Amino acid sequence: MAPHGNPEEPASAASEIKREAPKVAATAASTTAAPAPAASVTPAGAKEEHPWSLWEVFVRSSRGLSHVHAGSLHAPDAAMALRNARDLYTRRNEGVSIWVVPAEAISSSDPDSKGSFFESPQGKDYRHATYYTKSEGVKHL
Amino acid sequence: MTTKDTDFAIEGHGDISVGVHGAGASGDGSASATRITPGNALRPEDIALEISRGQVKPSEDVAEFALRLGDDGLMLAQRLGHWISRAPELEEDIALGNIALDQLGHARSFLTYAGAAWGKSEDDLAYFRREHEFRSAHLFEQPNGDFAVTIARQFIVSFYQFELYTALTASTDATIAAISAKAVKEVDYHRDHSAQWVLRLAGGTDESRARIIQGFKLVWPYVDELFEDDELTARLADAGVTVQPSTLRDSFDRLTGEIMAEAELAIPGVPQAPGGGRRGKHSEHMGYILAEMQVLAREHPGASW
Repeated sequence: MAPHGNPEEPASAASEIKREAPKVAATAASTTAAPAPAASVTPAGAKEEHPWSLWEVFVRSSRGLSHVHAGSLHAPDAAMALRNARDLYTRRNEGVSIWVVPAEAISSSDPDSKGSFFESPQGKDYRHATYYTKSEGVKHL
Repeated sequence: MTTKDTDFAIEGHGDISVGVHGAGASGDGSASATRITPGNALRPEDIALEISRGQVKPSEDVAEFALRLGDDGLMLAQRLGHWISRAPELEEDIALGNIALDQLGHARSFLTYAGAAWGKSEDDLAYFRREHEFRSAHLFEQPNGDFAVTIARQFIVSFYQFELYTALTASTDATIAAISAKAVKEVDYHRDHSAQWVLRLAGGTDESRARIIQGFKLVWPYVDELFEDDELTARLADAGVTVQPSTLRDSFDRLTGEIMAEAELAIPGVPQAPGGGRRGKHSEHMGYILAEMQVLAREHPGASW
């Protein structure tokens, strides 16, 4: 018998196509931003805002691990962002799960406030369990 | 790092380094979201190994059939490869490149297997056959056109290949079944990718809608050829190696019809091309593709890097 064993069932024998957001572009794009194919028609060199929004990609590399930020990408909507993320960030067998998050939905700490935000806990070793000595007679520590 | 607690000893996969060292349950902070593992799947090299050990050898009919499937994938991979660095967006550039590589992978497996019947390698078949010796259907060699034409072509190809490979997972030929079992998962994604784009181009702007309508008009004449039965498929269907292509047509029509209806696109009422690719009669585009694809191997026979 071949070393590759028996052929498995196809991934989705039900042969249904998932489409979470089939026509987002229809309403959003027709009035404001043009989708990609039309964008390439604009004069070369014309600096304009990217018609696709920015998404942050989080990949979970295996069961039991957390999703880790892998990078970002452009996509017209969430459904395409997931697919682009699959193509860009899991093409070398890196993941078992992907999250995409609109970059504008992320609030981040201010790099200039590093001192007031992150330096305060330094030196406060009493916040760590190892600071304390174990009392005599206490079990299961 | 204390002990190596993963053991990847997979025969025939020794040439790719496996960089996984127990980052799993320990919650190791250095666990990367982009670490590289090759995984374990059937590769053309595995088939070549089986052939060299004399474990598999296709009959003349099966080899001829594998040649058809391999040539379909090879021509499409060559076409899609042309999009690299030219797609409308970087993300789409990589998506099309991925699909091209999937198709090339299927082609390599099928051609490796087919070649075993005649003592030829996948490279012999890809680079040193002439136009009339190729067995791909006309759809696969059609020009890329604009992005919409490429998507329309991919849409038809993916839905056809999905039905075909699904049927072939039950093939009485173990190697054909194994190649198809791997391919069907990849083609399933190609189907989803092209369907997503058909919906978006049709529902986007007036421009994008006009282009996808025109795209389907250009490639639809090559649909019938995909589902043509002939003597070879009849013999192989009797042997349980494949099914008659015509039996796949209903599912193809139904599933593509659903997407087309949702996209509010009509099936183009264009006449069907005569075909002939399975008998080595190709369109005027074929010679140019082969020239580009084969020139290096023919200029420098036996070269390697």
